[in-house]
Amino acid sequence: MAMTMLEEPKIRKKEKLSVIDCDIHNVDGYQSPATEVWVDYMPSAWKDYHLSIAGRRRAGSNCPRAVPFAARNDAFPPEGPPGSHLGFMQEQLLDTWEMDYGILNPLSPAGGQQNLEYGAAIAQAVNEWQIAEWLEKDERLRASLTVAYEDADLAVAEIERLGDHPGFVQLMFMARTMEPLGRRKYWKIYEAAVDYDLPIGIHFGGTGIGPITGAGKAAHYIQDHGGMPMAFQAQVTSYVYEGVFERFPGLKIVLIEGGFGWIAPLMWRMDNWYRKLEMEVPYLKRLPSEYIRDHFYLTTQPVEEPSDPAYFEQMLAHMDMDDKLMFATDYPHWDFDSPDQALRYVSDRDVKKQIMSENARELYGLD
Amino acid sequence: MTTNFTGLGRPVVDCDIHNAFASLETLVPYLEDHWIAYIRESHFRGPGANDYPGGAPTSARQGTRPANGPPGSDLSLIQKQVLDPWDVEVGILACGYWVQSVHNEDLAASLATAVNQWQIDHWLEKDARLRASLVVPSQNPILAAREIERFGDHPGFVQVILPVRSYSLYGKSEYNPMYAAAVKHNLAIGIHFGGASSLPPTPVGWPSTYIEECADMAQIFQAQVLSLISEGAFARFPELRVVLIESGFVWMPAWMWRMDKEWKGLRRDTPWVVRPPSDYVREHIRMTLQPMDAPINSEHLLQMIGQLDSDEILMFSTDYPHWHFDGPDDAIPKGLSDSLLEKILRENARTFYKL
Repeated sequence: MAMTMLEEPKIRKKEKLSVIDCDIHNVDGYQSPATEVWVDYMPSAWKDYHLSIAGRRRAGSNCPRAVPFAARNDAFPPEGPPGSHLGFMQEQLLDTWEMDYGILNPLSPAGGQQNLEYGAAIAQAVNEWQIAEWLEKDERLRASLTVAYEDADLAVAEIERLGDHPGFVQLMFMARTMEPLGRRKYWKIYEAAVDYDLPIGIHFGGTGIGPITGAGKAAHYIQDHGGMPMAFQAQVTSYVYEGVFERFPGLKIVLIEGGFGWIAPLMWRMDNWYRKLEMEVPYLKRLPSEYIRDHFYLTTQPVEEPSDPAYFEQMLAHMDMDDKLMFATDYPHWDFDSPDQALRYVSDRDVKKQIMSENARELYGLD
Repeated sequence: MTTNFTGLGRPVVDCDIHNAFASLETLVPYLEDHWIAYIRESHFRGPGANDYPGGAPTSARQGTRPANGPPGSDLSLIQKQVLDPWDVEVGILACGYWVQSVHNEDLAASLATAVNQWQIDHWLEKDARLRASLVVPSQNPILAAREIERFGDHPGFVQVILPVRSYSLYGKSEYNPMYAAAVKHNLAIGIHFGGASSLPPTPVGWPSTYIEECADMAQIFQAQVLSLISEGAFARFPELRVVLIESGFVWMPAWMWRMDKEWKGLRRDTPWVVRPPSDYVREHIRMTLQPMDAPINSEHLLQMIGQLDSDEILMFSTDYPHWHFDGPDDAIPKGLSDSLLEKILRENARTFYKL
């Protein structure tokens, strides 16, 4: 399919940059019958439970999203919810933008279940569904392996079951977790992830242990959606200060849909506190910013839009992570970033090429 | 580490000096009998947020601990180490006595009144350079408003101080009585690092270490800024002035970009937000200088200050006795124009606090 000859585009001044999209959604996380596109793959022992009780999550913190399925108006396929129809997505996304590869990030409710075994059953169903209906049908696709990450044993069992499948290129976590992800309860997952050479993908969303801010409940969707970087920042501080990267030097983390303008200021802040409070975390051997630049990758969407375009390049210089940024569209969601617009403030073509495709190609081992 | 208490050789307004006391005994003269009995019988020792652990290097610069009591408890030492050497024209006391974590709201209110009277007696009346922050039981905005009514006309109080870790976001309309009283009495709202709300300080639960909680504090400030704007506090109170104290400021440019971008897509949800959120920040919000969270490359720090798109936002602070810098050399950004430096050192605070 990737070899299909396409019509010559109208204007092409320069060699066109390859595109790898690091954030495509074939499942949307809000559990309802319409979104359970994986249900036929539910393990038989859990089918009755799924049909009768299903979906006991840590609900109560969400604000209504702006539009149905948080989707683009034009992303509704002939059947099923946005993103769930392979043919429609191929045409609207992969083919239109001539993408080399796309990474599927199913936003399933597996990780947020109070009944952990049921969450693990959802994870199995989503993974089997992805193999049968996505990975085996389009060789441009790779996927994130869904795991019930709030229980390390269950997550490790799923990694051992499917971690060697070549279609799965990372694990799938959600940003709002029960505990900061550096804490010990998650360490067994990291051990398995390193064994199977799978990065940890942490995606926008999830339902954590309390309010979606560190200071209480938020009223509006802009606080939920716009506030997501707060969860990502807390995860970064946790991974670093808990010493996870000393314990697992091979561990790689991909922050998906968190934005990236906040990371340079966070590195500076973390370095400064570390210089003064080193005694509390004696197991760290390097500056926090060094761990961050080595271990974290960030997808671009929602790309930062500074008040002055000059700030964009300042931000990239402050981050010094040109080799860690990876382009993403977030298809089919309303805040889609388009491949021809998202990086318009990046003037260095080599950097743009790295971000649009090469960093992801290297991280995920793609041709 | 040498501790250097010399200043810049030019006058400043210091927007964050911490005054403290050794124990609840200090407040006993200001408390009603039944609270004194309650405290004696229960061995209650006052709200304890432990947001500045006594032995942590960041909690106190070397040499700031007086013979009796914790750092910040001895006015003469503060005069010797801050007010005199830094040529402080006005020093704003930020008393972090978080009555918000006392769940008996009546006791919290009485403790606040006691602390405020103590601040008048032991600080404001002892040094004309000082101004103070009103401690209020903001967990109950009606009681908080009552406290503002009690002391709001005292010329020594210039703001109401709130911990950034609240149980309920500060943009919510439940705070209307408190903000109405603050605006009426011409008081700013100071939102300060720390507190103990009983809620986890992150959207993902409780961090293990103090250092992590300190770094995480910035994202709670972000939550409060977004709440104040999107939940309509500035729309309801156009005169509301907010200062983020000890928040760090380098995170603010990217946060403004993010809020503005979100607003473009989602402003239909919050029709009272009629301008980009960054406009509200520049109009209503100020930030104290320390901790600077400075990068090694001083040019990068200047770029961040430029990215604020305003010369009015930053206000000088020493954050005494907390340890963020070792002397005047690393207390302010290097390479600022003299006019911007003057704004940061004095003018912005004079305008904001109407000094």
